[in-house]
Amino acid sequence: MGITLVDFKVFTQNRIDYRYTMRMSSLLRLLYLLIFLIALWLTGCDSTADRPIEVEFWAMGQEGEQVKALLPEFERRHPDIRVRVQQIPWSAAHEKLLTAYAGDAMPDLFQLGNTWIPEFVALRAIEPLDRRLKAWPDTALADYFPGILATNRLDDQIWALPWYVDTRLFFYRTDLLSDVGFTEPPTTWDDWLQVMSRLKTSGAAERYAILLPINEWQLPVILALQHGATLLRDRNRYGNFQDPRFRMAFTFYLRFFEQDLAPPASNSQMTNLYQNFANGAFAVYVSGPWNIGEFGRRLPTAMQSKWMTAALPEFADFSLHSRAGEGSEVRVGASLAGGASLALSRTSPSRDAAWKLLEYLVQPKQQTQFYRLTGDLPARQSAWHDPVLSGNRYAQAFREQLQNVQATPPIPEWERIANRIAYYAEQVVRQQMGVDEALAALDRDTDWILEKRRWLLERERRRSPSVSPPLTGEGREQ
Amino acid sequence: MRNLERRATLSAWIFLTPALLLITVFFFLPILAALLLSFTDFDIYALGDLDRLRFVGFGNYQQLLQSPLFWTALGNTVYFVIVGGPLSVMLSLSAALLVNAPLTRFPGFFRTAFFLPVVTTLVAVAVVWRYLYHPHYGLLNYALSRFGIAPVDWLGDPNWAMPAIILMAVWKNFGFNMIIFIAGLQSIPTPLYEAARIDGASAWRQFRYITLPLLGPTFLFVALMTMIGYFQVFAEPYVMTQGGPVNRTLSVVLLMYEEGFRWWNMGYASAAAFVLFMLILAGTLLSLTLRRRGSS
Repeated sequence: MGITLVDFKVFTQNRIDYRYTMRMSSLLRLLYLLIFLIALWLTGCDSTADRPIEVEFWAMGQEGEQVKALLPEFERRHPDIRVRVQQIPWSAAHEKLLTAYAGDAMPDLFQLGNTWIPEFVALRAIEPLDRRLKAWPDTALADYFPGILATNRLDDQIWALPWYVDTRLFFYRTDLLSDVGFTEPPTTWDDWLQVMSRLKTSGAAERYAILLPINEWQLPVILALQHGATLLRDRNRYGNFQDPRFRMAFTFYLRFFEQDLAPPASNSQMTNLYQNFANGAFAVYVSGPWNIGEFGRRLPTAMQSKWMTAALPEFADFSLHSRAGEGSEVRVGASLAGGASLALSRTSPSRDAAWKLLEYLVQPKQQTQFYRLTGDLPARQSAWHDPVLSGNRYAQAFREQLQNVQATPPIPEWERIANRIAYYAEQVVRQQMGVDEALAALDRDTDWILEKRRWLLERERRRSPSVSPPLTGEGREQ
Repeated sequence: MRNLERRATLSAWIFLTPALLLITVFFFLPILAALLLSFTDFDIYALGDLDRLRFVGFGNYQQLLQSPLFWTALGNTVYFVIVGGPLSVMLSLSAALLVNAPLTRFPGFFRTAFFLPVVTTLVAVAVVWRYLYHPHYGLLNYALSRFGIAPVDWLGDPNWAMPAIILMAVWKNFGFNMIIFIAGLQSIPTPLYEAARIDGASAWRQFRYITLPLLGPTFLFVALMTMIGYFQVFAEPYVMTQGGPVNRTLSVVLLMYEEGFRWWNMGYASAAAFVLFMLILAGTLLSLTLRRRGSS
């Protein structure tokens, strides 16, 4: 019949009478509700004194779900504090925190990715922890993986404490590697490329050696950091991507695609990663700790004895990059210092209670417990002594890797710049641009993105430096 | 008499006030705020401290028009509108004619079936289509291989990604316009067709000289709404490709979203919004003028 408007008149006519009778009663009901709310508010005012302090805690994804299991113990120890956990999906977390800040509705305690810290410091949304940390024993801060703690330090202050860590390393098929004559994972860039080529030539045409999602910036940046590239220059005010060190790391990364060792596919195209890993569509994957659990759950049982994790190989062309005191011993190449931290909102009235919760959650004992619940790797080294972690053979490579992790430039604009790196890498892989053209464009984009930062720094320099608070990223050079 | 009229006007205004108030608060004021925002460099620095806000005049617009990324996004959007729009309207019209044809069995069933994609969640649709488009075991490549055509990397190949998105968007959206066309078709009086048949007009001539002219207003409405809607394409590339590969499916609204909510460059994003608004306005006026000239 399609759409007919014939019954419409009748319908509306009935509706009007109906509404009129409704209105009186709904008005009354509204009045009752109002009275009730006022009464509630009044009683609420009276009893604030003896009510427990409420701490609003925002945590992301499965962490937000699982952390609830740790809270009864905390509330038992602190009967005067009640914790309300708000679970936020990772995909919306950044936006939601910014919106909360703009709307003056920040939680008391919140989880944030440690690459976001410079941004929230620039926003003046988080409270520095140095004063509170004075009460801590000296050994406690030294217990953190140094590279991870460094991401939480800015302008000589500690702004947040690491909750769990994240870094990137190899997940690889032991059987496929030994098929081509490698019982150990590669430890240098040269080895790495050699293993990859052999894997590619030994397999079928549809077999790739390694899977590198083309829209991810992490690996090119890791390679650049390993090669000693500074990424940005002049106190993080300009891009430094045409520097020969970055250029070399960049071309090394591109070689995986040029030689057809990695498929030029983005994250959204990978519909069944685990199945592909199990049937040997690729032998190596660079990924983070969450995949220990995922590989364990999703790979078939027969595959479980055939995969392993390994720290990243290092750049070891000694003719170019020799340093005194470093011999030919096998070391680990640097990776990224990722992970999530916990921070206090600067405007929160119950910061003291929130700090107690923060202190509780970063205790080694709770960190181990949290690992049991989520599989998130603890940021404190003493938590790794627990058999549950030291007994996990896949976690050992992460422990090794975490000794050598580096931070990305500590400025709010970093994530945006990093995305441009992935974009221009893809341009070259898809043969839309040459390497030099891409790196020049990357520098140009970066300089444009950093324009506001340069203006702010310049303005601060002109004003009296003692009056205005320092801008982020000044105190920590790459 | 005068007095009565005035009272009628007054009560009209009183009745309109709540609606006007709501529209002002939730529509006009935000638009005005966005317009002001587009003349500033509002970003996270400014969010933290308004002292760090700069008025940049038309700087954002200038920057936008100089940015190759914006032109890429605009090119992609125009591609989407010019190819996807007519395709969608044609498909809707064909489906409406078929469903409405007297010979069609179970018209209710087909109407529902064709309308189903419109009401299905886009994310669920995207999951299914990602499988259809998969280069190795996608149904589409399997079908093509039957004709000896080599597999296409639909969402990964810079030249195929946009056609793939258009195909999905057209499939997802044609049902809605089809319903409007069906309503239009049913409002055409049947005696006209009967008279034409008696005069010996062929089916094509009946379509050309009765259906199409009488469907004119419906056609204009559908074409305009489709154009406006397709200019604002966002969700399809957002869930399928995130604008990739190499930004070949980046649309203007997706660019705006990234600038505004991912990088928090509200000023720049607002400028992009107003440029898009002007473009849609120009497109609408152009097609209305063409239509008027065509009918006179």
